[in-house]
Amino acid sequence: MTNRFSGVDFYDMDSLLSEEERAVRDTVRTWVDENLMPVIADAYIKGEFPEALVPQMAELGFFGANLPERYGCAGLNNVAYGLIMQELERGDSGVRSFASVQGALVMYPIHQFGSDEQKDHWLPRLASGEDVGCFGLTEPDYGSNPAGLITTARQTGDGWVLNGTKMWITNGSRASVAIVWAKTGDITDASSVRGFIVPTDTPGFSARDQKGKLSLRASDTSELILEDVKVPTSALLPKSSGVKSALMCLTQARYGIAWGGIGAAMACYDEALSYAQNRIMFDRPIAQTQLQQARLAEMLTEITKAQFMTLQLGRLKDRGTMTPFQVSLAKRNNVNMAAECAREARRLLGANGILAEYGAMRHMANLESVYTYEGTHDMHTLILGQAITGLNAF
Amino acid sequence: MKIAVCLKRVADTTTKIVIGSDGASIDETGVKFVPNPFDEFAIEAAIAVKEAAGSGETVVYSLGGDSAQETIRTALAMGIDRGVLLQGSGSPDGLEVAKALAGELKDQGFDLILFGKLAVDDYNYQVGPMTAELLGLPCITSLAHVTVADGKVEAERELEGGMETSTCQLPAVLTCDKGLNTPRLPSLKGIMAAKKKPLEVKAVDLGAGTIEILGLELPPERSAGKIVGEGPDAVPELVNLLRNEAKVI
Repeated sequence: MTNRFSGVDFYDMDSLLSEEERAVRDTVRTWVDENLMPVIADAYIKGEFPEALVPQMAELGFFGANLPERYGCAGLNNVAYGLIMQELERGDSGVRSFASVQGALVMYPIHQFGSDEQKDHWLPRLASGEDVGCFGLTEPDYGSNPAGLITTARQTGDGWVLNGTKMWITNGSRASVAIVWAKTGDITDASSVRGFIVPTDTPGFSARDQKGKLSLRASDTSELILEDVKVPTSALLPKSSGVKSALMCLTQARYGIAWGGIGAAMACYDEALSYAQNRIMFDRPIAQTQLQQARLAEMLTEITKAQFMTLQLGRLKDRGTMTPFQVSLAKRNNVNMAAECAREARRLLGANGILAEYGAMRHMANLESVYTYEGTHDMHTLILGQAITGLNAF
Repeated sequence: MKIAVCLKRVADTTTKIVIGSDGASIDETGVKFVPNPFDEFAIEAAIAVKEAAGSGETVVYSLGGDSAQETIRTALAMGIDRGVLLQGSGSPDGLEVAKALAGELKDQGFDLILFGKLAVDDYNYQVGPMTAELLGLPCITSLAHVTVADGKVEAERELEGGMETSTCQLPAVLTCDKGLNTPRLPSLKGIMAAKKKPLEVKAVDLGAGTIEILGLELPPERSAGKIVGEGPDAVPELVNLLRNEAKVI
């Protein structure tokens, strides 16, 4: 019998969701319980992405779910999209990362910056999981400062030649197509950054998994090497213009991560609560001790605050008024909150908390990556500082 | 192939039930409602039979208040073509529900009418067979396996310690058991498509019926177990307690 997760909803947030938003959430929730939870601990220990789940996720419509139906996508609003990310990360941050990259970092830029031909060709294939994508922006020496990237794209008579190295690329070794960001002009000119759709079987393109990860172990993270990779003129995303186009993709992904953080935190809270109620020490459940109650009260409070903030963020996104600064605040808060919940849950579980049989330590280790990627916690602090003061400290 | 599925909205089996102030109903505050899990086997069977036939229509019927529209839309999201809400309050008397359904289903040209074998909220097993009787149709209950071909149904039912195989001509009424299939999850596209599928609302009046629910009680809380000792030394005390306290030997 599958354990069924029934959510964390102290303030009846469900009543603020539409019927279809709840239905979407429930489909993903049930799928995670039935298909992801039984395999995730093993995949994590082996350091393998559970790839058998990809066709199932595609069939149910998890990829690019907020993109239009004409491309084979579900055409959901952004709150429903966020709830998908929440539920996937309730299972595992690595699996949520897979879906985030596919939807927000590969399908979104093709939809936003691509030609009609590019959209018609790639979006249905990515929605159906026939193609898997990755997003090549970060480089070994350019993480928080992507404007400095040194990958180049040089125009030739019939196309472009790409050279450079990309690092920390989720799905990199698994992808059949990469969105590669490169400078088409002077290496100091961030406005010359353009996006390219690069099939990964193009000669000169190679990917190497980054070994020894102690976090996001059920997800592939790779280095991409581009050596004289020749692509046709049609590979250029025609409407991409400057590094800001790449940053727009990150805003999409960070929006999903803000929801994902809530999911990971809910998983940890739920596990901690159930453990505390059943674990007997000194002849009573540890849930009856003040220290553990304080832990649970703190977790529930932070989850509840994050839920309402993030729901409103989604409503703003659906209204078209959401700003990247608002996304920074939610990503920064929610991921940090989730990391704290995971750590406290792991401690509440005592020695059992270090076992893969429980989720807390897996989430705790995963969230260190999520804390660091898609704009580190510190960078989001500085982005907010800039938004508040108008002064740039980075 | 025209197939009807009769669907009931029930409290989720994982919901913590609170008895209402009248002592004879459940307090619905904060309770999550879902399609009756046995009816989900019927929904899946209907979709699968239609897919195998290559054409046809599937229609879901539910009797209840407006909130049952959400339950109907879950069936539409899974792939049922259209829905009919028979708007009215339910009845503890299965025969009254069966009369309302039979009145609606007759002369509609259905080849198959599918039910779950029981509803998890009342465990009555009644409405499917009663509807069949009122419609004058053959009925096979608690299906574990079914094949529909050449105008007839071949069904297998799990009995205590064995299987029974039976057959009947279409049109027929079938009630579905766990194990018949694995109901699909509503896909995200299915959820969006469900909003555009027809959902007709018709008022129905149920008769007074002959059954009244007098009271509901939760099962008593299980008390904690007792460890009487370890090894052979504990046996006399165990026998004593089984004989004199639990009174089972």
